[in-house]
Amino acid sequence: MSRPRDPAEERLGWLLCLPAALAMLVVTAYPTLYALWLSLFRYDLRFPDQRAFVGLDNYATVLTSGVWWEALATTLIITIVSVSIELVLGMLLALVMHRALFLRRTVRASVLVPYAIITVVAALAWKFAFDPVTGFVDQWLGPLVGADRAWLSERWSALMVIILTEVWKTTPFMALLLLAGLTLVPRDLIDAARVDGANAVQRFFRVTLPLMRNAVLVALLFRTLDAFRIFDTVFVQTRGAQGTDTVSVVGYDTLVTRLNLGLGSAVSVLIFACVVAIAVLFVKLLGARFSAEDGR
Amino acid sequence: MSADARPGETPFWDRLFWRAGSLLVIVYALLPVAWILSLSLKPAADLADGRFIPARISLEHYRAIFADAQFPAALWNSIGIAALSTLLAVVLGMLAAYAIVRLRFRGRGLMLAAALSIAMFPPVAVIGPLFELWRTLGLYDTWPGLILPYMTFTLPLAIWTLAAFFREIPWDLDQAARVDGATPLQAFRHVIVPLAAPGVFTAAILVFIFAWNDFLFAAALTSTNAARTVPAAIAFFTGSSRFELPTGSIAAASVVVTLPVTAMVLIFQRRIVAGLTAGAVKG
Repeated sequence: MSRPRDPAEERLGWLLCLPAALAMLVVTAYPTLYALWLSLFRYDLRFPDQRAFVGLDNYATVLTSGVWWEALATTLIITIVSVSIELVLGMLLALVMHRALFLRRTVRASVLVPYAIITVVAALAWKFAFDPVTGFVDQWLGPLVGADRAWLSERWSALMVIILTEVWKTTPFMALLLLAGLTLVPRDLIDAARVDGANAVQRFFRVTLPLMRNAVLVALLFRTLDAFRIFDTVFVQTRGAQGTDTVSVVGYDTLVTRLNLGLGSAVSVLIFACVVAIAVLFVKLLGARFSAEDGR
Repeated sequence: MSADARPGETPFWDRLFWRAGSLLVIVYALLPVAWILSLSLKPAADLADGRFIPARISLEHYRAIFADAQFPAALWNSIGIAALSTLLAVVLGMLAAYAIVRLRFRGRGLMLAAALSIAMFPPVAVIGPLFELWRTLGLYDTWPGLILPYMTFTLPLAIWTLAAFFREIPWDLDQAARVDGATPLQAFRHVIVPLAAPGVFTAAILVFIFAWNDFLFAAALTSTNAARTVPAAIAFFTGSSRFELPTGSIAAASVVVTLPVTAMVLIFQRRIVAGLTAGAVKG
């Protein structure tokens, strides 16, 4: 590996990366900066001549409105609840895929089905399932919850359906990431713990789980960021009604439905800041872990 | 499995536990799919019967969606836009991944970091500016208007997956070709491309699924049959009346777009699992 740097190689490297780098700059970096710029203006596409520089007024408007904070709270609730459920369920799924020999191929194949389905389709399927007229859920659970319950027209039951849809759709992805971590755990260590008299639960929590910590953190990072951006499911199932607005739905509505580019851009920038904060938090956790390992 | 003689954990209960788990997983994964299939086959009069299994079967909803202009147009847009985005993302991703794995140059870390940050990027942060820009540039409601964002947002996936696969390739062959007088570019085309084909194929499937699935860009950057893709078309079938959804048509359209992709995923399941986990484990 100690070849000297070769200028031709250096040039080729840059050349090969150029198209991808250019695309990423043009479609993400530039629009992000443009959004930052637009967020400083009063700019409504319905009244384009009233465009004027307003400094941080848009941020003040967003941050003092109940809509933003309510949407942020809803988004955080959806994110935390669905990612927690996915972690537990995904771990169980990963263990089943890892251990079960019965119908192994069918299990592994069927787990990919939710991943392959368009989110909008999954959201509609669950929406129809919980619909008091067309749905089977009321039919099945009728004695428990009362007949003809309109799940999507109340805040908490609507949030429950949204979370259920998210969990159904994305647990397989979580499970596959965890499974990859699970297969890296050496079999000998688990057998050794068994010989030492540890039962299945102890073996899992004391041996397997600590060894999987990084796989778990990476899976959590990806899913948390993904869940925080939730848009499709909410848009299709409630359109943000009944207090189920998430930050992405608010951003979309301000930008595309109400055509208020100034205010909408401020919302976008705030969402971007939240995502960066979440990412930094996880990277710190991961980084702390890596340096702790190095120190040992 | 090694024999486990301790009481309370007999192989029988062990086996039963994992078998029940397996069955549960299969039911869990397939329930909503069976449900939407069932809805799509119910005649209009039975849609409100709330039965999980249709009492009577009819293909009327399938005939209806194909008789209308909207759904076939959306299907064509979805296939074309997803395919072209995949082609572009995989070609650009391949060039970058090759450089990252094989060449020593100063931008390597930068490229990987850029790709990672875009993987975490919230798409809603760019739809406003893109909406405005695309209208000025005439890209609003066109194929390129969607292909560009899809290509960009799938580049990280393509680069990470391809880089993970490329690391496994026996690179001596490439060295040998270069000793034999091939330029780096020739070595890339004639030696590496054939070896890399399986990884490339995997990346292509993952990218295709992303583009096929997207709703946010499609909803924000299209407005007519010219470029509206299936997820947006299905979601806006509902537009006319909030209280009376064309349930049967939506279900039939859902089945039509779900079955081919599901079949593809099941056929290539091993590759997809390898691809989905490659980036995460090694990254």
